[in-house]
Amino acid sequence: MDYVLAALVGCFVALGVYLLLSRSLIRMLLGLVILGNGVNLLIFTAGRLTLQVAPIVPPGLDQPEGPIANPLPQALILTAIVIGFAMFSFLLVLAFRTYQSLDADNTDTMRLAEPVDAPQPPLSY
Amino acid sequence: MAAPDLSAAMIETATLPTDWVVVLPLVLALMGAALLLIVRQSRGLSFVLALVSVLAIIACEITLLLQIFANGPVSMTMGKWLPPFGISFTADAFGASFALAAAVVTLVVLIYAEPEQPASVGGGSFYALVLLLLAGVTGSFLTGDLFNLYVWFEVLLIASFGLMVLGGRAIQLDGTVKYGFLNFLATTVFLLSLGLLYGLLGTLNMADVLRVAPQANPAAMAGVAALMLLAFGMKAAAFPVNAWLPASYHTPPAAISALMAGLLTKVGIYALLRTLVAVLPATRDLLEPVLIIIAIATLLIGPLGAIAETNLRRAMGFIVIGGIGAVMAGIALPNLAAISGAGLYIFHAMLTMTALYLVAGLIERFTGQTDTRQMGGLYAANAPLSVLFLVLVLAAAGVPPTLGFWPKLLLLQGGLEMGGWIGGLLVSALLLNAVLTLIAGTRLWAHMFWRAAPAEAVPVDRLPILPLHWLGTGVLFAMIVAAGLWPNPMLEVVRSGAADMLDPARYIAAVGLAGVTP
Repeated sequence: MDYVLAALVGCFVALGVYLLLSRSLIRMLLGLVILGNGVNLLIFTAGRLTLQVAPIVPPGLDQPEGPIANPLPQALILTAIVIGFAMFSFLLVLAFRTYQSLDADNTDTMRLAEPVDAPQPPLSY
Repeated sequence: MAAPDLSAAMIETATLPTDWVVVLPLVLALMGAALLLIVRQSRGLSFVLALVSVLAIIACEITLLLQIFANGPVSMTMGKWLPPFGISFTADAFGASFALAAAVVTLVVLIYAEPEQPASVGGGSFYALVLLLLAGVTGSFLTGDLFNLYVWFEVLLIASFGLMVLGGRAIQLDGTVKYGFLNFLATTVFLLSLGLLYGLLGTLNMADVLRVAPQANPAAMAGVAALMLLAFGMKAAAFPVNAWLPASYHTPPAAISALMAGLLTKVGIYALLRTLVAVLPATRDLLEPVLIIIAIATLLIGPLGAIAETNLRRAMGFIVIGGIGAVMAGIALPNLAAISGAGLYIFHAMLTMTALYLVAGLIERFTGQTDTRQMGGLYAANAPLSVLFLVLVLAAAGVPPTLGFWPKLLLLQGGLEMGGWIGGLLVSALLLNAVLTLIAGTRLWAHMFWRAAPAEAVPVDRLPILPLHWLGTGVLFAMIVAAGLWPNPMLEVVRSGAADMLDPARYIAAVGLAGVTP
């Protein structure tokens, strides 16, 4: 099972990087989301996969009875999902606003901040 | 039923009041940001509240720094769980002094930016975002947990996104797209490295990682460290992942770009220093050839870019990149002098780069231009501005007796102590960087201040420089000059910070993990 998930993480990361190499903002965004999900899956896999029970301490005991699933990766992933979603929402709105005001989804044509025809620096004073 | 014995997992004594100062700056910044969000309709109230919050944060951080200086690193673990189960906040001399510098820089920028906030409803939203940014930066400097570091990175990232687009001009949107995508990618790569590190070691507490890392597979750890190098290198704008910085930092108003230039790249390079030098020293040694190449390339690319640039604030951006190279040189040379130099350089760069951007903002207001080709004759028109700019450029290049000289001196000493061709290469690169930065800076100065004013083809809208602008810039400038003339306190602080980084015994003891076998 670990190997299957590891291969899946590899596919996610490869797909994310491929999409990030695109010039279109929307594709780049999708790439970031897929990469982020690949990373979440990686944390999940790195926390060791078990077919054991949920990490709940039964009443009356101060430790679980048998082996339990590792709760920490789940907490980490939950945090990462929330943060990743917030970032994704912001970047989506940003991409849309950029499309509205610069009429550009192609990063090659977004050259306001770095003009293509920047002249030579002054050579003397 | 008997109460379970919790002493194996929980701290059963109350947290010492003195330990609370580690988290108080953060609590104040987050609460301040929340309050400011509520009162954002009133610009005046927002300003006063933001000032009060930042002053309180500064007071806490001075207390923290004094305490660290007296007793060594201070640590507090959340939720009363014993470390490494609870999230630890651990501050040593480096973290605390950088957090203090960040708060001081924020205070100055708040004062400087006050006249520029829109009088319309909602004119106070700038202050809420600035405090949120400060919370993220302070958290990154004070945390003792790697996953927590990731969270604070995201906090400062989302706040900086908001600041960068505030106003929503088309050029800002353009800059933010490049800044936003690349920095979000960098934090995702950092998260990737954290996932692998957790899989290898089963812990993310810095002090605990420090203890158990030697037992892990060195090849796998090198992979983790390489990913961290990529992630933090991107955040810090080290060569070859530096292109986003000059593409974005000149787009927002000058006060905001000053705040970013002062804080954001420094957090990235501090995280690299912390993870590679303090937490994973064995892995740093494996990566040393890469670090040396990156350091030399960054040291040279930065000022060369600044020489070729005509837009004033873009040229400043390249000088910021050159400074990152100096810290990288410290990371590549792990001895006491070089690490102290790297730490002092971060402190110096936080103050000096912010001041340079603030002065650049004043020049842009005064001339109504952003391009140095259209400027000239400023020395005759505004002499104080020329003094400010020249002294700050000298500080950035590291000319004595400015603040920039001392970290360069320590770094050179570290390089000479290292000796061999590695030390020689880094020393030459550092000296060459100083010369090139000096050329770039004085060239800008000559074009803007010294030559005759060019004939004005089209009338431009000049803006007046207001008293609060002078006050903010002046306070920061005075601090830089004073710290340069009297560097002993800062030298002692960074020596103690560097000693704790190279010999982590006090750091581990502060977290409470000393003597616990892994």
